[in-house]
Amino acid sequence: MSPAPGLAGGGVPAICNGSSLCQPGPSMNIPLRLTLNGQAREIALDDPRVTLLDLLRERLGLTGAKKGCDRGQCGACTVLVDGRRINACLTLAASLDGAEILTIEGLAEGDRLHPVQAAFIAHDGFQCGFCTPGQIMSAVGLIREGQAGTDPERIREGMSGNLCRCGAYAGILDAVQEASRPTGQVEQREDAA
Amino acid sequence: MRNFDYIRPASLPEAVAAGQLPDTAYLAAGTNLVDLMKGGVTAPARIVDITRLPGLSSIEHLPDGGTRIGALVRNSDLAYDPRIEKTYPMVAEALLAGASAQLRNAATVGGNLMQRTRCPFFTDAVSACNKREPGSGCAALGHATRIHAVQGWSEHCIATNPSDFCVPLAALDAVVEIAGPDGAREVPLTAFHNLPGDHPEHETALRPAELITALRLPPEAAAFRANARYLKVRDRTSYAFAVVSAAAALTFEGEKIGRARLAFGGLALKPWRVEAAEATLAGQAPSPEAYAKAAALALDGAKPTGEANAFKIELARRVAVRALTLAAAGTPARIPALPASPFGIV
Repeated sequence: MSPAPGLAGGGVPAICNGSSLCQPGPSMNIPLRLTLNGQAREIALDDPRVTLLDLLRERLGLTGAKKGCDRGQCGACTVLVDGRRINACLTLAASLDGAEILTIEGLAEGDRLHPVQAAFIAHDGFQCGFCTPGQIMSAVGLIREGQAGTDPERIREGMSGNLCRCGAYAGILDAVQEASRPTGQVEQREDAA
Repeated sequence: MRNFDYIRPASLPEAVAAGQLPDTAYLAAGTNLVDLMKGGVTAPARIVDITRLPGLSSIEHLPDGGTRIGALVRNSDLAYDPRIEKTYPMVAEALLAGASAQLRNAATVGGNLMQRTRCPFFTDAVSACNKREPGSGCAALGHATRIHAVQGWSEHCIATNPSDFCVPLAALDAVVEIAGPDGAREVPLTAFHNLPGDHPEHETALRPAELITALRLPPEAAAFRANARYLKVRDRTSYAFAVVSAAAALTFEGEKIGRARLAFGGLALKPWRVEAAEATLAGQAPSPEAYAKAAALALDGAKPTGEANAFKIELARRVAVRALTLAAAGTPARIPALPASPFGIV
């Protein structure tokens, strides 16, 4: 095949954020700048196949986001990218240069739980806990989107991308409803501490 | 997953140049492509990441009354755009009836058009499939084909197009804007997806290295804003593909129907629209009989691929009648809590 027009010597503008041409190859590193839970991180990604979920879990030691189905069907890997909830398992890390990422590890302020975390405890919004980080991040995203309010049907619909095999949906709904109230105030039950 | 070269072009011309290399796929959000790559359904040697391309992420309201939607606009941003919801309510409702919030936040409108069929014999990466491996046959034929096509299928492929979004787009005469090695061109959405025929591997009107840059809704599409609905019957109320869906839109002249639009999802490898069925409604008083006549015409020639999906034909007629009834009743002030659902519908 003849060189593609505009590419010197048929080379490929691999990665380059600007106009410089890089040579692709197995050893190429993809430079990534991320803001991860408020901290600036620079990462040299040695494999373009790495998803955001694998980057977090396998390379950065953040195992809060869970790998359930790894195919975008269960929501256990939900994190916020630039303030929006997405499935980390279907997002190639390489495509996220410059993004701001919030995971469950970055949600609390020190020992002070995020209101959604507190509401999940107050309402028993989990049993085994595997889906919980995804549920909570999804709920945080849902509340930020501002489309559901406290309408139980809209919350259920808005949370349908998060499966709970224990069936803790009733508690999850209560928790999201409580955290969705304008005050955001959550009263913790004594036995939930 | 097969390894690949990752290419992040800085401009559209650079993307199109890279797209001409063999065995290359364009990547937007990747919600479908990455999933298929994980399953070994597709294994490109090169990925051209178009997510950073400038100028493809805006919604423009055009002077002529139409709307141009950049290919990289996220599904949720489009659905929640107040002017889109007000002007093309069934487009917003269809978007919100598809996938999950997480997927809609990532998936782009161009990617929605490019998503592949969910035929399990395609996605399992091993069964005979003329789409995945031309000439290998169609394992779906004669098997469990409940979700498969009843219109426009061939003995080489009986799959359906899974998109909700494309159904109202077809009904509203949307146009797909395309860029490629030979410059820019456009294709009506109704001609964008190919029926399988003898070559189900040729899925869209895109030529090699071409990519979608925008969708355009023509000025006339806004005329249906007061009477437009999307209705989707699926196996669970949320986060499931359509078994059958319909987009129905009407204008009224006094008590009579002026113009009608009717398109279906879940019936074929493309959104199914029969203009002759729409034409029977023009000038009619809105009535179940008039809707049933239009629905029957739209299903004319429908043929199941087996016993398992024969129900779809009658279901599609009923979905059409109900969607038209809902459209005639008026677009709800707000998209229902369960978008496009027959349960709890407004």
